[in-house]
Amino acid sequence: MTAIATIRIQEADFDIAQEIAAIGKDRTDIGAVVSFTGICRGSENGEPIAALTLEHYPGMAETEIRRHVEEAMSRWPLSGLTVVHRVGCITPGENIVLVVTASQHRQAAFQAAEFLMDYLKTSAPFWKREESARGSSWIEARDHDDAAAARWTKS
Amino acid sequence: MKVKYFAWVRERIGKAEETIEPPADIRTVGELIDWLAARDDAYAYAFEKPRVIRAAIDHAHVRQDAAISGAREIAFFPPMTGG
Repeated sequence: MTAIATIRIQEADFDIAQEIAAIGKDRTDIGAVVSFTGICRGSENGEPIAALTLEHYPGMAETEIRRHVEEAMSRWPLSGLTVVHRVGCITPGENIVLVVTASQHRQAAFQAAEFLMDYLKTSAPFWKREESARGSSWIEARDHDDAAAARWTKS
Repeated sequence: MKVKYFAWVRERIGKAEETIEPPADIRTVGELIDWLAARDDAYAYAFEKPRVIRAAIDHAHVRQDAAISGAREIAFFPPMTGG
């Protein structure tokens, strides 16, 4: 069977168990499923935050995620791949992003999930604004996220 | 061409999108940033550190030396912080 990719950008929360079940439905060729969930922390640099607001570039966000999903499928032997990214207001403890990868063996699933997360952080057009007692401010990009994405670049 | 702004670039300019007609001698993304920055204080503030600004043409990331001819939609935004 060929790999099935699911990409969704939505305001609503997602159900991790349901997404994992969906990727393996009606097939017996999958030997490994890896899932990564990004969750809204209750503090940023030691300061408590009330909520995050996630903005995105509709159209480009889907295109950019699909481009990296296709690259992951060309680099690793994947059976299925799901990316769900939330937008809008998200409070501490709530889910932000989900990546699920499925393969016959664990190595491909682990590596593809990490690759996708590193690229989602640095090249998918989403921006986080934090709301705290001190007001509202845009979260700054981190150099170590760029370094994490760069290590996947083929030399 | 249509121009879109996101995150603090959008907030500083005070609008999410607009249609612009830059003069013919504006050929690259970087030149377009300089031209926009010269419009008024709000644009100057949004583009005060032009090297920080990221750009996309028709939903694909581009560098600031990319040509803008033929572009339908150009977007300007800060470094991304999703995931």
